[in-house]
Amino acid sequence: MIRFDGVTKKYPDGTVAVDDLSLTAPTGKITVLVGPSGCGKTTSLRMINRMIEPTSGLISLDGQDTGRMNEAQLRRGIGYVIQHAGLFPHRTVVDNVGTVPRLLGWDKKETLERSRELLDRVGLAPELADRYPSQLSGGQQQRVGVARALAADPPVMLMDEPFSAVDPVVRDQLQDVFLDLQSELGKTIVFVTHDIDEAIKLGDQVAVLRVGGKLAQISDPAYLLAHPVDDFVADFVGRDRGYRSLQFQPAPKLPLTSERTLLLGESTAGVSGDWVLVVDDSHRPLGWVEPARVSGEVTSEHLHRGGTVARASGSLRGALDAALSSPSRRGVVVDDEGELVGTVRAHEVLSLIEATDRPDEDRADAFAEEGA
Amino acid sequence: MEWVNDHWGDIFALARSHVWLAGLPLVLGLLIALPLGWAARRWSRLYPVLISASGLLYTIPSLALFVLMPLILGTRVLDRANVVVAMTIYTVALLVRTVADGLGSVPEATLQAARAMGYKGLRRFFGVELPLAVPVIAAGLRVAAVSNVSIVSVASLIGVSQLGNLLTDGYDRFITAEIVAGIVACVVLALLFDGLILLGQRLLTPWVRAQGGRA
Amino acid sequence: MIASILEWLTSSATWSGEAGLGARIVEHLWYSLLAVVIAAAVAVPLGLWVGHTGRARWLVSLANSLRAVPTLGLLFAVALWLGPKISGELAFLIPSVVVLVILVIPPILSGVYAGVEAVDPATRDAARGMGMRGMEVVRQVEIPNALPLILSGLRSAFLQVIATATVAAYIGLGGLGRYLVDGIKTGDYVSTAGGAVVVSVLALLVDGVLALVQRLVVSPGLTGGRTGRTRRGRSEPTTASTSPTTSTGSSTRSPARSGMSAGDGGVDSHAT
Repeated sequence: MIRFDGVTKKYPDGTVAVDDLSLTAPTGKITVLVGPSGCGKTTSLRMINRMIEPTSGLISLDGQDTGRMNEAQLRRGIGYVIQHAGLFPHRTVVDNVGTVPRLLGWDKKETLERSRELLDRVGLAPELADRYPSQLSGGQQQRVGVARALAADPPVMLMDEPFSAVDPVVRDQLQDVFLDLQSELGKTIVFVTHDIDEAIKLGDQVAVLRVGGKLAQISDPAYLLAHPVDDFVADFVGRDRGYRSLQFQPAPKLPLTSERTLLLGESTAGVSGDWVLVVDDSHRPLGWVEPARVSGEVTSEHLHRGGTVARASGSLRGALDAALSSPSRRGVVVDDEGELVGTVRAHEVLSLIEATDRPDEDRADAFAEEGA
Repeated sequence: MEWVNDHWGDIFALARSHVWLAGLPLVLGLLIALPLGWAARRWSRLYPVLISASGLLYTIPSLALFVLMPLILGTRVLDRANVVVAMTIYTVALLVRTVADGLGSVPEATLQAARAMGYKGLRRFFGVELPLAVPVIAAGLRVAAVSNVSIVSVASLIGVSQLGNLLTDGYDRFITAEIVAGIVACVVLALLFDGLILLGQRLLTPWVRAQGGRA
Repeated sequence: MIASILEWLTSSATWSGEAGLGARIVEHLWYSLLAVVIAAAVAVPLGLWVGHTGRARWLVSLANSLRAVPTLGLLFAVALWLGPKISGELAFLIPSVVVLVILVIPPILSGVYAGVEAVDPATRDAARGMGMRGMEVVRQVEIPNALPLILSGLRSAFLQVIATATVAAYIGLGGLGRYLVDGIKTGDYVSTAGGAVVVSVLALLVDGVLALVQRLVVSPGLTGGRTGRTRRGRSEPTTASTSPTTSTGSSTRSPARSGMSAGDGGVDSHAT
């Protein structure tokens, strides 16, 4: 657990980067610091491993005052990932990953094994190990950056806009890899970003900071979207926050309609209706066809594959998305094995939304108390 | 100081000679380096060839180059042309890279825009590329100027007179004041050249100052 | 004329003896090495310190402004001042070496400084963030990354020393300069030109050897990276021309005498 107690950072020229910040980053969770530039989010992060020293206040790590710890030892126990990866250009990928283990005095063989294992964990092909950073793409460099931070298995990770410099598609992949890793490793992570979408996707807890380094609000993402404390936070989380908050509302009892289905290779003869769903042998949905346009057997060329598929155990947003993006206007819903369980229409999801309560206040209060 | 007061005339005559021996090669060198640098930019295969060739020329010690000039040019040993040609070689060697890199420093977007507006060939070179490369070229020219002023003084060892004579004569006759005068005169000359190039650059690139950029 | 120079160069009489060409080459290399080693012992730690701490940058500017002082003047001034205080053989050697050392401190210092300065701030930040201590950052990150510029500074220094040691024959130093200075005095153009050829070849060889060393000790990640970047962004390598990175570029082939060096990019902003 990382705890900020009334932490202030004031520069000699009088600028206040961080103003009386108090918050707690709980063990094993991802805490995201988000805000516009100049809100002191990076400064706050860098004060944790003492790259910047606070002017006043206390930062503690599992109850120990970091200000009293040995700087280098503190940092060796904390994984650190920065925006442009900051890889060592003169070292190969595998040597980059092995940096902290070597600093900690591991032997060469042990370090090498660990480094190769981590490269695999972050999804890098083994043949990249002996390349130099300049031979990698931006996304690959960031993966190496994450692997390097994890090398000595530190309980805490600090990540400063680690995915900001790569294009949106790669960013999405990196975020998924990262969430996967985190679900296995359960590190205590403080993550800085200016991107509210990233904050909401990754954070167990999101702290919104305003310019001048003041904490505006801290809570779990669902509560943040539903109950922004003021105009600044509301503006910052965006105009579509109502829609986005649906992703945190589970859709337990969707009113499902069963579908007439076809297998690939079956004939459409005798099938009526405008759209029919095609499934494979295991009853997994493949796509929609318009029977009137098919003469004879259904082949994969006839399929309209557009449209997302919602999980029955997923969120209301997923269900609504599936309905809105489906050519038949009926959203396909599957179970956890991917098998078809039925379809749902947009108006049905909307009436569910109308009937659902907003995220309850208790959850947010729990965080607020911890932060105070 | 007494020595200097008695020899103002000599110092000025030597300084004038020094200005020619260091300055003329600067002008000639720039005129030769411009097309070479442009060519190095235009044909990328030429770039490494020209850069290594100028690097090799630059490694030749100045006294050796001065001494070898008559052999190459067929001039007399005491001919001032030896020094001018040798210094021109050094200047070209230094400036080819600078010109090529300077032209390369023009942003691709600017070049595209110029092309889109119908700028072609020589007009584009003189209207767009060269003016924008001036800061980089001027920086190289300043380095060349300071180095030329220093190297030219070595020519007094082969009997070509300029400010270096104050140094050799002062050493031969144990007149410290003369050596100091020679050093000071060389430094002042180097600063003058430097300032002149800087001034020229300011005049040629009014936009740099408008941006508050540094020279 | 060329024939007689060739004859002089190939005659065994030229090469043999204590004052023969072979001995002169060894002398010349010895002075050069001595001066570069002493200068490097001062300039490398100093450059690392200035680059690492960012303190006392004026030292680099000061060293660079020294380049406006004519080599010959410095040589004679120091010889006149120091010469009488030393007796015997050393009266020639010490002033010359002192001047050579003073002369090559600037290129080495600005090479080292520019190299350390040019290390990507993100790389340095990551190094500290992972818990490297001051000296670990210097040894494991700053030196390896600055190596191309450090070495090209040393290369410049070597060439400058070889050139200046030739001139130092005028104040009585041995080495290949003897052929040039004595030849000019006695009007013996054959040995003058012969000596000039040998010293030029020596300079080219030393430069070549150092270029090879540079290729061997610099991490392929740095050289490969540069070309890699060049390919991606066409304007990138060249926009650097006025910044310290230029010097990175010029490191591969650095014109090197009388103050030209890896640090050129930095020179012009400091020179005056």
